[in-house]
Amino acid sequence: MAGLLTEVFIGSLFYGAITAGIPLLLAGLGEQMSEKSGVLNIGIEGMLLLGAYFGFLGAYSSDSFALGFLAGGLAGMAAAAVMVALCVYASMNQIVVGIAITLGAEGLTALLHHFHFSRSYPRLPRAESLGIPGLSDLPVVGSALFDRNPLVYLAVLLTFFMVWLYRRSHIGLNLQAAGDKPAALDAAGVSVTRTRTLSVLTTGFLAGLGGAYMSTIGAGLFLPFMTGGAGFIAIVLAMLARGHPTWVMIGAFLFGSSLSLTTAMQVAGVNIPTDVIQMLPFALVILVLIAFGRNSYLPPALGLPYHRGSR
Amino acid sequence: MAPATDSEAETAVSLDGITKRFPGVVANDSISLRFRRCEIHALLGENGAGKSTLISILAGMLQPDEGAIHVDGARVRIASPRAALQLGIGTVYQHVLLIPSLTVIENLLLGSPWWKPYAREETLRRYNELSALLSIAIDPDVQVGRLSLGQQQQIEIVRALWHGERVLVLDEPTSMLTPQGVRELGAVIKRLRDHGVSVVFITHKLAEAYALADRVSVLRLGRVVGELAPERLKALSEAEVIDEVVTMMFGQQAGQDSELEETLLGEAAGQTLRRTVDRERGPALAVRSLSTLGERGECPISEVSFEVWPGEILGVAGVDGNGQKHLAEALAGQRPAAAGDIRLAGESLAGLGVPRRRERGVRYITDERLGEGTAQLHSVATNLVIKEIGKPPFWSGPLTLWRAIHEHARAEIAAHDVRTPSERTPLGKLSGGNIQKVLLARELKGESRLVIFNKPTYGLDLQSTRLARRRIREIAEQKEAAVVVISTELDELMETCHRILVMEGGRVAGIVDNRPGAEAEIGRLMTGSEAA
Amino acid sequence: MLQADLSSRGMSALKAVSRVLLPILLALAVGGLLLMVFDKDPFAYYGYVVKRGLLSPSGLEASITRSVPLLLIAAGLIVAFRAGLWNLGVDGQFLLAAVTVAAFAPAAVSVMPVWAAILLSALLAFAVAAAWSVIPAFLKASYGINEIISTLMMSFLGVSVANVLVKIPFNDPSTTVPQTATLAVADRLPPLGGSTISSGIIIALVAVVAVHLMMERTALGLRLQIVGSNPKAALHAGLNVRALTFIAFALSAGFAGLGGAVDILGVHGTVRADWNPAYGILVIPLVFLARFNGFAVIGFVFFFAVLMIGGESAARRLGVPHFFVLFLVSLLMIFLALVEFLESRRAERAEA
Repeated sequence: MAGLLTEVFIGSLFYGAITAGIPLLLAGLGEQMSEKSGVLNIGIEGMLLLGAYFGFLGAYSSDSFALGFLAGGLAGMAAAAVMVALCVYASMNQIVVGIAITLGAEGLTALLHHFHFSRSYPRLPRAESLGIPGLSDLPVVGSALFDRNPLVYLAVLLTFFMVWLYRRSHIGLNLQAAGDKPAALDAAGVSVTRTRTLSVLTTGFLAGLGGAYMSTIGAGLFLPFMTGGAGFIAIVLAMLARGHPTWVMIGAFLFGSSLSLTTAMQVAGVNIPTDVIQMLPFALVILVLIAFGRNSYLPPALGLPYHRGSR
Repeated sequence: MAPATDSEAETAVSLDGITKRFPGVVANDSISLRFRRCEIHALLGENGAGKSTLISILAGMLQPDEGAIHVDGARVRIASPRAALQLGIGTVYQHVLLIPSLTVIENLLLGSPWWKPYAREETLRRYNELSALLSIAIDPDVQVGRLSLGQQQQIEIVRALWHGERVLVLDEPTSMLTPQGVRELGAVIKRLRDHGVSVVFITHKLAEAYALADRVSVLRLGRVVGELAPERLKALSEAEVIDEVVTMMFGQQAGQDSELEETLLGEAAGQTLRRTVDRERGPALAVRSLSTLGERGECPISEVSFEVWPGEILGVAGVDGNGQKHLAEALAGQRPAAAGDIRLAGESLAGLGVPRRRERGVRYITDERLGEGTAQLHSVATNLVIKEIGKPPFWSGPLTLWRAIHEHARAEIAAHDVRTPSERTPLGKLSGGNIQKVLLARELKGESRLVIFNKPTYGLDLQSTRLARRRIREIAEQKEAAVVVISTELDELMETCHRILVMEGGRVAGIVDNRPGAEAEIGRLMTGSEAA
Repeated sequence: MLQADLSSRGMSALKAVSRVLLPILLALAVGGLLLMVFDKDPFAYYGYVVKRGLLSPSGLEASITRSVPLLLIAAGLIVAFRAGLWNLGVDGQFLLAAVTVAAFAPAAVSVMPVWAAILLSALLAFAVAAAWSVIPAFLKASYGINEIISTLMMSFLGVSVANVLVKIPFNDPSTTVPQTATLAVADRLPPLGGSTISSGIIIALVAVVAVHLMMERTALGLRLQIVGSNPKAALHAGLNVRALTFIAFALSAGFAGLGGAVDILGVHGTVRADWNPAYGILVIPLVFLARFNGFAVIGFVFFFAVLMIGGESAARRLGVPHFFVLFLVSLLMIFLALVEFLESRRAERAEA
């Protein structure tokens, strides 16, 4: 009996960790790219939320999860385009613009939801999952880890692609240089503006995708303000990962597990107020910052606009 | 087109009537110059003459407002740094422009189009070729941030040559180098010239230009005011060249001003040193086994010991980044000492912060005038009292007496001849020389017993340089203070100091009396080639 | 000569007004376009907002009362922003202080005079909120960790802690919905003579003006400003940057906490579970708009309070959810930054 309980508990913990972790992973990888290139993207919370709404709307109205993902990614990218115009081209304060984007996305998605759906919260059908032959039949964790939406595997593959990108490609070098010493990148003949534009737009797309996953696959519905600070956790992940995509992934699933602990405990029959569980990820961040904060790293040019030849 | 005085085939790049304006100044005023193959062309001029602007235009960082640029006879527009590189114009900037967090080879890979394969092997081969040509030996897989500034500059030259096989532009390349480094650089430049490269060499040091250049052009206030062609340069003696160049740089009168020439040449060494120091009394400053802890990318000091007597000026020489900054900050109280002791007139300063040391007569004129010396957004008046916040007569209890602060500022502005529209002007709007005057006014107020100058004339024009050096001597002589002058310009130390301490890797490599021939010994100590 | 001087002064005054009015007008215009997309008449909406938030006596009184917590939060933000610190954790600080006061005040009035209970409550709220800022201050001062992240995390944590406190230890068992004990109306801050306006407005106005004077006219204010504008210069000048960081955080959070206390003592009298007005992130753009000037903050906060009160009425009457105000604030921030950017660019051109 105890064994069975543990099994159910572990299974649902892992399942929930992935569900909650994927949006964090996608947004965290995106934020990491922005930060690498020197743009602190506080607006990522808003980009997640826009992705969540438009991802849901796309999937709801087209009956296709793939189109939903695309819509979510593009919505995040649209918000990122605003950030690019205001921060990369017009050199405005990245924090002010980031807060504005988050606030605006909160207001806009809540309004849009109100006008489209009034007070109803329609549910999407359950998405088809893709089982990996062999692995999905493993006991306890098989179906929790290896019988999931294809986007889950893509996100994990993306992590390793990022590792390659940063270590063995010209784009990776350019991103690193844009955040470390933009004037040097410019002198080497690469446009800092273009590099940062590319990275912020990618961030927006990834965050939007993460939001779309959260609403369409994770929850199956859209609720106003449903991201609940996940974007900010993604910023912390990127900050602590010091440029390593794999660390973002580990962090995202750790935070995902703490978020999924409520459900897992309820499944296991332990009852704790949701507020206490909701505190866990934030408390964990603070503890992590106190313990490892000494080692957090941000690129020297983070948050600073770049002008060629400014005197 | 400009009249072709030389055969077109020889000309690598020609500038015709280049003009560039900035708010309030014309940085380049109709400049016409011709850079030739197989020639080292020195551009001389003091700070503010327009040299850096001209280089930025050549490198594609700035666009000229007027004028034309021709490369191999064809008119071109250098719209971006990439365009400059494609035209074969490579630039080595005064401040190293490499990415510290990338390795040497990654820095060299930087700038390739993103779709190109990551051609590490090919890049490595080419790096080895160029290394051989320049006879340098630096591990290509080491992070640039871990290299010395001299090594970083060598990498910069490699990178400039990567594309810049036509023209190599060097902006004040010797400012970060040891005397040996300067000689090595000279050899490299000459070798490149013999390979057919047109080398443009920007400097404010006359002797350097004379030693290296085949042709010298002089800039003044944004204009070309004279040129010495190779034949003429060969025909004249060094003294004659210098006379002529000084006349071009400062006008007829200045040609006869020997003090100006000395400042320019740094040849006043020893001669202007006046009084001997009375070492019968005890030293004013005694530093014993002082050590600090270094953070990422900093050079801490370890086991530093020396003394300075009242009225004595002690120079601190060394290649930039060998612990000078930590020494200055540890003396000023801005950085805690990890070990060791500092005694001022026998009294220990251990554990005292900046305000308490200031009360005891410690003054620190930082080299980062804008970075840390001042709050640029605040007024001149505020900056003058920034180290006395909360103290009378400018504060009464917690209350700020703005009237007293502004009155004090007006008096200081008049006394130190600070050129500013008003005492309420944000400090950042002032020129470098005037900001230095504000700093000096603030630091030299009241009773000073230990004054630390860090690169006191860095980036200043000649007049401001002269003034600053004169102030240093006055402080030592009139106030009987112990003075420590940190500088990377050996000339400056030879001119102002009684003794010169050489720092290398955060340690004292040796202390040398300032006498004729001391330069050679200092140079040896700087490179650590002499066993301590 | 004199005339030229006068006209140039007139010009600069005009510029200052346009720098403020233009972003507001642009935000209202773009917001209006969005309303039109949803088939709502923007003029009717804005007209209704002004009528209910400003022109009706009860609306005006409600707007002034709503200004109270916003002003106190703004006072704290002025200190933080001028000291160069992004305290984005106002909501947690506000709510924790509010919950503490909601639990403390009803108990305190039974053992001490009302004025003493109110005074102690305010001090307690200030202290609780300030304590909640100690961790971000420590992380910033010791490890240089960006305070945006740490204050946001502490804010989320604080909101959850406040909820747990309301639901478990401070829960009033006599009510059906989880909430704290209620402070009797007679024991609250009295309304201003003859109106429904909370007398907290006096506390709030005094706080904003005091903060403004502190920043401009005292040694502490100048020290904080220098840390904010150039931390390296502050170190060089021998200022205790570490201590100043803690002080700025404590003051900033403390005023937010005071805002929570005054809101409970003057208006609500109790905290219900899951109550979180989330004022913090709304006040930030207002403080920016006012360029950290205390007197200008008073004007902008009042303007915004009118918008909120009017918007809440409009939500019921015209079917435009009050989330619309969030969107307006976001537009306001973007246009504010944009106008400032264009202005500086034009100034640069003019100089060249």
